[in-house]
Amino acid sequence: MESRLSKLLEFVAKSLVEKPDEVSVTQTDNDTAIVLELRVAEGDMGKVIGKQGKIAKAIRVVIRAAAAKEPKKIIVDIV
Amino acid sequence: MSRVEVSAKTVDEAVRSAIAQLGISEAEAEIEIVDEGAKGLFGIGGKDAKVIVTKKSAGQDAAEMARAFIEELIDRMDLVCIADVEEKEDVINVTVSGKGVGGIIGRRGETLDAVQYLTNLYVNKGKHGDGYKRVLIDSENYRAKREETLVRLANSMAAKALKYRREMKFEPMSAYERRVIHSALQSHGGVTTKSIGEEPYRKIVVSPK
Repeated sequence: MESRLSKLLEFVAKSLVEKPDEVSVTQTDNDTAIVLELRVAEGDMGKVIGKQGKIAKAIRVVIRAAAAKEPKKIIVDIV
Repeated sequence: MSRVEVSAKTVDEAVRSAIAQLGISEAEAEIEIVDEGAKGLFGIGGKDAKVIVTKKSAGQDAAEMARAFIEELIDRMDLVCIADVEEKEDVINVTVSGKGVGGIIGRRGETLDAVQYLTNLYVNKGKHGDGYKRVLIDSENYRAKREETLVRLANSMAAKALKYRREMKFEPMSAYERRVIHSALQSHGGVTTKSIGEEPYRKIVVSPK
Protein backbone atom coordinates (compact mmCIF):
# COMPACT_ATOMS: atom_id res chain seq x y z
CA MET A 1 0.00 0.00 0.00
CA GLU A 2 2.64 2.39 1.12
CA SER A 3 4.90 2.23 -1.86
CA ARG A 4 2.04 1.76 -4.32
CA LEU A 5 0.61 5.24 -3.76
CA SER A 6 3.97 6.98 -3.81
CA LYS A 7 4.91 5.10 -6.96
CA LEU A 8 1.64 6.17 -8.57
CA LEU A 9 2.32 9.78 -7.64
CA GLU A 10 5.85 9.49 -8.93
CA PHE A 11 4.67 8.03 -12.23
CA VAL A 12 2.10 10.78 -12.78
CA ALA A 13 4.56 13.55 -11.88
CA LYS A 14 7.31 12.11 -14.07
CA SER A 15 4.90 11.99 -16.99
CA LEU A 16 4.19 15.69 -16.72
CA VAL A 17 7.53 17.33 -16.02
CA GLU A 18 10.48 18.24 -18.23
CA LYS A 19 13.00 16.75 -15.81
CA PRO A 20 11.68 13.36 -14.65
CA ASP A 21 15.01 12.55 -12.99
CA GLU A 22 14.40 15.25 -10.45
CA VAL A 23 11.04 13.93 -9.31
CA SER A 24 10.95 12.37 -5.88
CA VAL A 25 8.23 11.34 -3.48
CA THR A 26 8.58 10.79 0.23
CA GLN A 27 5.88 9.21 2.31
CA THR A 28 5.17 9.61 5.99
CA ASP A 29 2.36 7.84 7.77
CA ASN A 30 0.78 8.90 11.00
CA ASP A 31 -2.27 7.60 12.84
CA THR A 32 -4.84 9.36 10.73
CA ALA A 33 -3.15 10.25 7.48
CA ILE A 34 -0.70 9.27 4.81
CA VAL A 35 1.31 12.25 3.69
CA LEU A 36 2.93 12.12 0.27
CA GLU A 37 5.45 14.83 -0.42
CA LEU A 38 6.22 15.48 -4.04
CA ARG A 39 9.39 17.25 -5.08
CA VAL A 40 10.14 18.36 -8.62
CA ALA A 41 12.72 20.57 -10.29
CA GLU A 42 12.10 24.25 -9.64
CA GLY A 43 11.23 24.95 -13.25
CA ASP A 44 8.72 22.09 -13.23
CA MET A 45 6.58 23.36 -10.38
CA GLY A 46 4.07 24.81 -12.81
CA LYS A 47 3.79 21.45 -14.57
CA VAL A 48 2.48 19.73 -11.46
CA ILE A 49 0.48 22.62 -10.05
CA GLY A 50 -1.08 24.26 -13.09
CA LYS A 51 -3.23 27.33 -13.36
CA GLN A 52 -5.16 27.78 -10.14
CA GLY A 53 -3.84 24.42 -8.99
CA LYS A 54 -5.79 22.60 -11.68
CA ILE A 55 -3.14 19.96 -12.30
CA ALA A 56 -2.46 19.49 -8.58
CA LYS A 57 -6.18 18.96 -8.08
CA ALA A 58 -6.37 16.33 -10.83
CA ILE A 59 -3.35 14.54 -9.35
CA ARG A 60 -4.99 14.49 -5.91
CA VAL A 61 -8.23 13.11 -7.38
CA VAL A 62 -6.34 10.25 -9.05
CA ILE A 63 -4.36 9.44 -5.90
CA ARG A 64 -7.49 9.47 -3.80
CA ALA A 65 -9.31 7.21 -6.26
CA ALA A 66 -6.43 4.76 -6.06
CA ALA A 67 -6.60 4.87 -2.27
CA ALA A 68 -10.35 4.31 -2.09
CA LYS A 69 -9.86 1.28 0.15
CA GLU A 70 -7.45 3.09 2.43
CA PRO A 71 -9.16 4.24 5.62
CA LYS A 72 -6.58 6.94 6.29
CA LYS A 73 -6.72 10.38 4.77
CA ILE A 74 -4.32 10.93 1.90
CA ILE A 75 -2.51 14.23 1.75
CA VAL A 76 -0.52 15.16 -1.33
CA ASP A 77 1.91 18.00 -0.68
CA ILE A 78 3.94 19.64 -3.37
CA VAL A 79 7.09 21.03 -1.79
CA MET B 1 11.34 18.78 -42.23
CA SER B 2 10.57 15.36 -40.86
CA ARG B 3 13.22 13.13 -42.43
CA VAL B 4 16.96 13.38 -42.76
CA GLU B 5 19.75 11.20 -43.98
CA VAL B 6 22.99 11.64 -42.09
CA SER B 7 26.44 10.14 -42.43
CA ALA B 8 28.97 10.20 -39.62
CA LYS B 9 31.83 8.18 -38.22
CA THR B 10 29.59 6.06 -36.02
CA VAL B 11 25.91 5.18 -35.96
CA ASP B 12 25.52 6.92 -32.61
CA GLU B 13 27.02 10.10 -33.87
CA ALA B 14 24.87 10.06 -37.00
CA VAL B 15 21.71 9.51 -35.00
CA ARG B 16 22.54 12.30 -32.58
CA SER B 17 23.22 14.71 -35.38
CA ALA B 18 20.02 13.71 -37.22
CA ILE B 19 17.90 14.20 -34.11
CA ALA B 20 19.47 17.59 -33.55
CA GLN B 21 18.78 18.58 -37.14
CA LEU B 22 15.14 17.58 -36.83
CA GLY B 23 14.85 19.25 -33.46
CA ILE B 24 13.08 16.25 -31.93
CA SER B 25 13.70 14.00 -28.95
CA GLU B 26 15.02 10.48 -29.27
CA ALA B 27 11.62 9.09 -28.33
CA GLU B 28 10.07 10.80 -31.33
CA ALA B 29 12.63 9.44 -33.74
CA GLU B 30 12.29 6.45 -35.96
CA ILE B 31 15.77 5.31 -36.78
CA GLU B 32 16.76 3.31 -39.79
CA ILE B 33 20.37 2.24 -40.07
CA VAL B 34 21.40 2.20 -43.70
CA ASP B 35 25.03 1.45 -43.14
CA GLU B 36 26.75 0.57 -39.91
CA GLY B 37 30.04 1.85 -41.24
CA ALA B 38 33.43 0.31 -40.78
CA LYS B 39 36.43 1.44 -38.84
CA GLY B 40 39.04 0.70 -41.47
CA LEU B 41 42.72 0.46 -40.71
CA PHE B 42 44.73 3.51 -39.75
CA GLY B 43 42.03 5.71 -41.17
CA ILE B 44 42.23 3.99 -44.51
CA GLY B 45 39.33 2.07 -45.97
CA GLY B 46 36.98 3.26 -43.24
CA LYS B 47 33.39 3.76 -44.15
CA ASP B 48 30.99 6.21 -42.61
CA ALA B 49 27.87 5.03 -40.90
CA LYS B 50 24.66 6.19 -42.51
CA VAL B 51 21.24 6.51 -40.91
CA ILE B 52 17.84 7.77 -41.93
CA VAL B 53 15.88 9.34 -39.12
CA THR B 54 12.21 10.07 -39.50
CA LYS B 55 10.01 11.93 -37.11
CA LYS B 56 7.27 9.56 -36.00
CA SER B 57 3.96 10.78 -37.31
CA ALA B 58 2.41 12.83 -34.58
CA GLY B 59 -0.90 11.03 -34.91
CA GLN B 60 0.12 7.46 -34.27
CA ASP B 61 2.50 8.58 -31.68
CA ALA B 62 -0.10 10.44 -29.65
CA ALA B 63 -2.59 7.56 -29.64
CA GLU B 64 0.15 5.18 -28.56
CA MET B 65 1.27 7.61 -25.87
CA ALA B 66 -2.28 7.91 -24.60
CA ARG B 67 -2.72 4.15 -24.46
CA ALA B 68 0.58 3.56 -22.68
CA PHE B 69 -0.11 6.30 -20.16
CA ILE B 70 -3.65 5.22 -19.34
CA GLU B 71 -2.76 1.55 -19.11
CA GLU B 72 0.06 2.22 -16.73
CA LEU B 73 -2.06 4.63 -14.72
CA ILE B 74 -4.93 2.12 -14.41
CA ASP B 75 -2.49 -0.57 -13.41
CA ARG B 76 -0.85 1.59 -10.76
CA MET B 77 -4.26 2.63 -9.43
CA ASP B 78 -4.88 -1.07 -8.89
CA LEU B 79 -7.93 -1.10 -11.12
CA VAL B 80 -8.79 -3.95 -13.39
CA CYS B 81 -9.70 -2.32 -16.68
CA ILE B 82 -8.79 -2.36 -20.34
CA ALA B 83 -8.36 0.73 -22.46
CA ASP B 84 -9.44 0.82 -26.10
CA VAL B 85 -7.92 3.60 -28.12
CA GLU B 86 -9.31 4.96 -31.33
CA GLU B 87 -8.07 7.96 -33.22
CA LYS B 88 -10.07 10.26 -35.43
CA GLU B 89 -8.24 13.24 -36.85
CA ASP B 90 -7.25 15.34 -33.87
CA VAL B 91 -9.27 13.44 -31.30
CA ILE B 92 -8.16 10.34 -29.47
CA ASN B 93 -11.08 8.43 -28.03
CA VAL B 94 -10.32 6.11 -25.17
CA THR B 95 -12.88 3.69 -23.85
CA VAL B 96 -12.19 2.04 -20.54
CA SER B 97 -14.01 -1.14 -19.67
CA GLY B 98 -13.75 -3.90 -17.11
CA LYS B 99 -14.39 -4.67 -13.48
CA GLY B 100 -12.76 -1.57 -12.09
CA VAL B 101 -14.62 1.07 -14.07
CA GLY B 102 -16.47 2.39 -11.04
CA GLY B 103 -13.12 3.38 -9.61
CA ILE B 104 -12.05 5.19 -12.71
CA ILE B 105 -15.29 7.13 -13.13
CA GLY B 106 -15.54 8.37 -9.56
CA ARG B 107 -18.16 10.62 -8.07
CA ARG B 108 -19.89 12.47 -10.89
CA GLY B 109 -17.11 11.49 -13.24
CA GLU B 110 -14.56 13.34 -11.15
CA THR B 111 -11.85 10.71 -11.54
CA LEU B 112 -12.61 10.24 -15.22
CA ASP B 113 -12.18 13.99 -15.77
CA ALA B 114 -8.91 14.02 -13.82
CA VAL B 115 -7.50 11.06 -15.74
CA GLN B 116 -8.60 12.66 -19.00
CA TYR B 117 -6.98 15.97 -18.08
CA LEU B 118 -3.68 14.36 -17.08
CA THR B 119 -3.63 12.24 -20.24
CA ASN B 120 -4.16 15.37 -22.34
CA LEU B 121 -1.25 17.06 -20.61
CA TYR B 122 0.98 14.05 -21.10
CA VAL B 123 0.12 13.50 -24.76
CA ASN B 124 0.50 17.17 -25.63
CA LYS B 125 3.58 17.80 -23.54
CA GLY B 126 5.87 20.20 -25.30
CA LYS B 127 3.46 20.86 -28.16
CA HIS B 128 2.37 24.36 -28.85
CA GLY B 129 -0.79 24.43 -30.88
CA ASP B 130 0.73 22.46 -33.73
CA GLY B 131 -0.32 18.82 -33.67
CA TYR B 132 -2.39 19.24 -30.54
CA LYS B 133 -4.51 16.18 -29.85
CA ARG B 134 -7.58 16.10 -27.72
CA VAL B 135 -7.98 12.98 -25.61
CA LEU B 136 -11.49 11.99 -24.60
CA ILE B 137 -11.92 9.20 -22.11
CA ASP B 138 -15.20 7.45 -21.54
CA SER B 139 -16.26 4.41 -19.64
CA GLU B 140 -19.48 2.43 -19.89
CA ASN B 141 -21.00 5.25 -21.88
CA TYR B 142 -20.76 7.42 -18.80
CA ARG B 143 -20.38 10.62 -20.79
CA ALA B 144 -23.25 9.90 -23.14
CA LYS B 145 -25.51 9.05 -20.20
CA ARG B 146 -24.39 12.10 -18.28
CA GLU B 147 -25.13 14.22 -21.34
CA GLU B 148 -28.64 12.81 -21.53
CA THR B 149 -29.17 13.58 -17.86
CA LEU B 150 -27.93 17.14 -18.37
CA VAL B 151 -30.23 17.73 -21.33
CA ARG B 152 -33.17 16.43 -19.29
CA LEU B 153 -32.17 18.65 -16.38
CA ALA B 154 -31.81 21.62 -18.74
CA ASN B 155 -35.32 21.16 -20.06
CA SER B 156 -36.88 20.80 -16.65
CA MET B 157 -35.07 23.91 -15.37
CA ALA B 158 -36.24 25.83 -18.43
CA ALA B 159 -39.81 24.71 -17.75
CA LYS B 160 -39.52 25.88 -14.14
CA ALA B 161 -38.09 29.25 -15.19
CA LEU B 162 -41.08 29.75 -17.45
CA LYS B 163 -43.61 28.51 -14.91
CA TYR B 164 -42.40 30.78 -12.09
CA ARG B 165 -41.26 33.59 -14.41
CA ARG B 166 -37.91 33.89 -12.69
CA GLU B 167 -34.23 32.97 -13.02
CA MET B 168 -33.25 29.43 -12.14
CA LYS B 169 -29.68 28.66 -11.07
CA PHE B 170 -27.93 25.39 -11.82
CA GLU B 171 -25.30 23.78 -9.63
CA PRO B 172 -21.69 24.64 -10.47
CA MET B 173 -20.48 22.60 -13.45
CA SER B 174 -17.41 22.10 -15.58
CA ALA B 175 -17.04 24.02 -18.83
CA TYR B 176 -17.92 20.91 -20.78
CA GLU B 177 -21.12 20.27 -18.85
CA ARG B 178 -22.14 23.91 -19.11
CA ARG B 179 -21.70 23.75 -22.84
CA VAL B 180 -24.03 20.78 -23.01
CA ILE B 181 -26.71 22.79 -21.18
CA HIS B 182 -26.19 25.96 -23.20
CA SER B 183 -26.53 24.12 -26.48
CA ALA B 184 -29.50 22.11 -25.24
CA LEU B 185 -31.40 25.34 -24.54
CA GLN B 186 -30.07 27.37 -27.42
CA SER B 187 -33.00 26.59 -29.64
CA HIS B 188 -35.49 26.88 -26.79
CA GLY B 189 -37.84 29.72 -27.68
CA GLY B 190 -38.81 30.83 -24.18
CA VAL B 191 -35.57 31.08 -22.22
CA THR B 192 -32.01 32.38 -22.39
CA THR B 193 -28.96 30.98 -20.63
CA LYS B 194 -25.78 32.53 -19.30
CA SER B 195 -22.94 31.50 -17.01
CA ILE B 196 -22.12 33.38 -13.83
CA GLY B 197 -19.46 33.15 -11.13
CA GLU B 198 -15.82 32.13 -11.23
CA GLU B 199 -14.33 28.71 -11.86
CA PRO B 200 -14.66 26.20 -10.36
CA TYR B 201 -18.01 27.46 -9.10
CA ARG B 202 -19.17 28.84 -12.41
CA LYS B 203 -22.78 27.96 -13.02
CA ILE B 204 -25.58 28.47 -15.48
CA VAL B 205 -28.55 30.70 -14.97
CA VAL B 206 -31.60 30.19 -17.12
CA SER B 207 -34.10 33.01 -17.35
CA PRO B 208 -37.39 33.54 -19.16
CA LYS B 209 -37.19 35.80 -22.19
